[in-house]
Amino acid sequence: MEIDLSQFSQVFFEESLEGLESMESELLKLDVNEPEDESINTIFRAAHSIKGGSATFGFSQVANYTHLLETLLDEIRDGRRQMTSEHQDMLLLSVDLLRNMIDALMRKTDFDDPLLSQLEKRFTAELEGAAEGAQVDDATQADAEQTPDEQLWHIDFQAGIDILRCGNDPLLMFTELRQLGELTVKLAEANYPDFADIDPEACYLSWNLELITDQKIERLKEVFEWVEDECTIHYSSSVIDTPEMKEPQGTSESPQSTPVPESTPASTSASNSLPAETMKPKVVSQAKSPEGGSIRVSIEKIDLLINMVGELVITQAMLGQIGQQDVIDEESLLSMKQGLEQLASHTRDLQESVMQIRMLPISFAFNRFPRLVRDIGQQLGKKVDLILNGEDTELDKTVMEKIVDPMVHLVRNSLDHGLETPEIRVSKGKPETGSITLNAFHQGGNIIIEIIDDGAGLDTDRILQKAKEKGLVAEEEELTTEAIHQLIFKAGFSTADAVSDLSGRGVGMDVVRRNINELNGTIELKSTQDKGSRFTIRLPLTLAILDGQLVRIGHHTYVVPLVSIHESLQVEPQRINRISENNELVRLRDEYLPVIKVFQEFDHEADAIEIKDGLVMVVDSNNEKVGLLVDELLSQQQVVIKSLEDNYSKVPGVSGATILGDGTVALIIDISGLVSLAGITNTNEHAA
Amino acid sequence: MTELTQQEQANMDDASQQYLTFIMASEEYGVDILSVQEIRGWEATTVIPNSPSHVKGVINLRGTIVPIIDLRQRFGIETLEYGATTVVIVVKVAISDEHKVIGIVVDAVSDVFSVNDADVRDAPDFGDDTNLSFIKGLTNAADKMVILLDINMLLGSEILPEASQLSNLINNIDAPQPQAVNA
Repeated sequence: MEIDLSQFSQVFFEESLEGLESMESELLKLDVNEPEDESINTIFRAAHSIKGGSATFGFSQVANYTHLLETLLDEIRDGRRQMTSEHQDMLLLSVDLLRNMIDALMRKTDFDDPLLSQLEKRFTAELEGAAEGAQVDDATQADAEQTPDEQLWHIDFQAGIDILRCGNDPLLMFTELRQLGELTVKLAEANYPDFADIDPEACYLSWNLELITDQKIERLKEVFEWVEDECTIHYSSSVIDTPEMKEPQGTSESPQSTPVPESTPASTSASNSLPAETMKPKVVSQAKSPEGGSIRVSIEKIDLLINMVGELVITQAMLGQIGQQDVIDEESLLSMKQGLEQLASHTRDLQESVMQIRMLPISFAFNRFPRLVRDIGQQLGKKVDLILNGEDTELDKTVMEKIVDPMVHLVRNSLDHGLETPEIRVSKGKPETGSITLNAFHQGGNIIIEIIDDGAGLDTDRILQKAKEKGLVAEEEELTTEAIHQLIFKAGFSTADAVSDLSGRGVGMDVVRRNINELNGTIELKSTQDKGSRFTIRLPLTLAILDGQLVRIGHHTYVVPLVSIHESLQVEPQRINRISENNELVRLRDEYLPVIKVFQEFDHEADAIEIKDGLVMVVDSNNEKVGLLVDELLSQQQVVIKSLEDNYSKVPGVSGATILGDGTVALIIDISGLVSLAGITNTNEHAA
Repeated sequence: MTELTQQEQANMDDASQQYLTFIMASEEYGVDILSVQEIRGWEATTVIPNSPSHVKGVINLRGTIVPIIDLRQRFGIETLEYGATTVVIVVKVAISDEHKVIGIVVDAVSDVFSVNDADVRDAPDFGDDTNLSFIKGLTNAADKMVILLDINMLLGSEILPEASQLSNLINNIDAPQPQAVNA
């Protein structure tokens, strides 16, 4: 049977990347002086799985390299080697290297990095240094592979029928063989007698053994010495070409057409859990499309869904029964109403649970930060503690993927610009070690992510000076601290004196803000000089569903995202200030808000042409308030967001479409798009 | 909504293609039948703000948002009141490697023809720079001239000839027809 392995390789890539992630996080958690067995085991298992997988798929570069890792880890695990911080560094570097290797494999490009051979040398040197200690008593598989002149022995062992009666146990022999090298035991086809004729004390079995060892045949024969006469034993051998790879067993087990050397290292592994792990790709992969990306869903969530579908079926059956009646009397009308109510609630629950499937804990995004902070901290010579809170907070997968980059940027900024060097910190009377805190929590229909540092805070004077240099702010202009802080979100703004590879390229906060706005989110900044800064990112939990307020403009219905609405009000004429022909401000408490006449921007006919005739809906656009003039507020409802771009194109001022209860389409207003359509400059004037 | 009735033509050449033809301002146009997804009656659309006048808006086609384009307006022909016979042909087009589903409003659906590629003549060259790439060619079917449209070019190309220019063109195509047949 030929198996096309390439269809599974995507699963291997994903698993490997996951494995590398867990390796990385364990390594970072690891206390070098007192490594916990469990973490070492986790790291070892990850390395082992990657090695096994890569060898199966013929990615020998990865396999060979992970083998080195594995050997080292195995020695640490067995207590034959003391973990050092150098090991930790080497392993972390290896994680990066492997990630790049797998990345190259995914893109089907060659991987060529001098780091590979460097690290390989370091590992080899390290391993050889401890060779004496390593080869003591029980030779593990890893050590066995290392020794040169290995041979693969095929041993066909047919046990004599009386072998058990003589007190010889094949199991003991196999155990002994395992001491000699890597052993694969396979039960061969046997001629069993009919059930009625079976002698329970007889042994009808025979085995095919495969052993990789550097031992001579005499040593093998020794194992079977006692049973030689009553059993049929056949030896044959072949030399292994690549001594580092334990290659051939796989070929005999499941012949594959791929020319690259293959192996199924898991089959001989000492640990019982490993074979299952390496087998996993084959099970998972059936439902897997190669490109689409996948998501792991807990059984719990799926069970919940199944329950709900069950409920739904019951409700449907009940309604179906009513539908079959010829005459609908009052009683059945009542139960129909009940059924419809149930249906509504089930649908809502179902919708929520389906959305839940896309939800992942934010730890997926947080996990990369310990490493990032450690590396950059070292690079900059700053001492940093990273505190993560709310890692279990769940977030839509798409949102998560898109928020990671902005977060990385913010954390880098905090490290680079925010936190001071230890000397400065001490001189300021702060603890030597700075801290960066990442918080995540739910608030309403939003997830809030906070990035807090206790560094220097924003230097308002310098920002203002820079902004004036760049012409972003007029020379004589006076700005509040708040307004100065907002300047860092402007395009082309960077205060870093020197362009480092960390930050200071001038593409920064504006991109961060834009990315977040694209997700219908907002970012806020609070900063106190010498106390630190706090960035607050507010994001919708999902991109698929939106709580919307339906509004009417003429005979058109639009949806405004509920999260961005502050209030809606009728404005008395005396509170309307006309600045120019198309520019009107509304005074609301102590603020003047620009009002966008939506019908004008969208070129529609409307009932309310003047602000006083309609409703002004106060909404948030990039942390500034603006008013939207609409005719009437309709209902509030959850709407499923549909893309306009799929079949049409992007429409300014419109973020998408949705389908209303009556089957018609309503467009969703993109407030920041509408604001730029209206050409309103976003400077909020505070009433004096 | 009318279901498309596939014409039964057992003896189809390999080189022939089936075209769905429709009528617009007494002119008959053909589109590749394989790009036609369905034919629907006219229904009210949701207007897209600030869109060109030939984009009538979007409709909900079983959960997908589909834009509707008035071909008369696109061609710069005088528009008609939408009525009972106004139909929307929903076509699938490939615009720069992306598949889009678009509805086009036409006066009426006419027929399905099998046209041999050999019988398709190139669109006449009017000598000016007018972009006619959306016309695949001309052919005769049942003694009528049919303008075969390349639906991908028609809906994909941003640069269409000026509406007035185009309507002249279409009238011109009609005029030289007898000569072209004789030639």
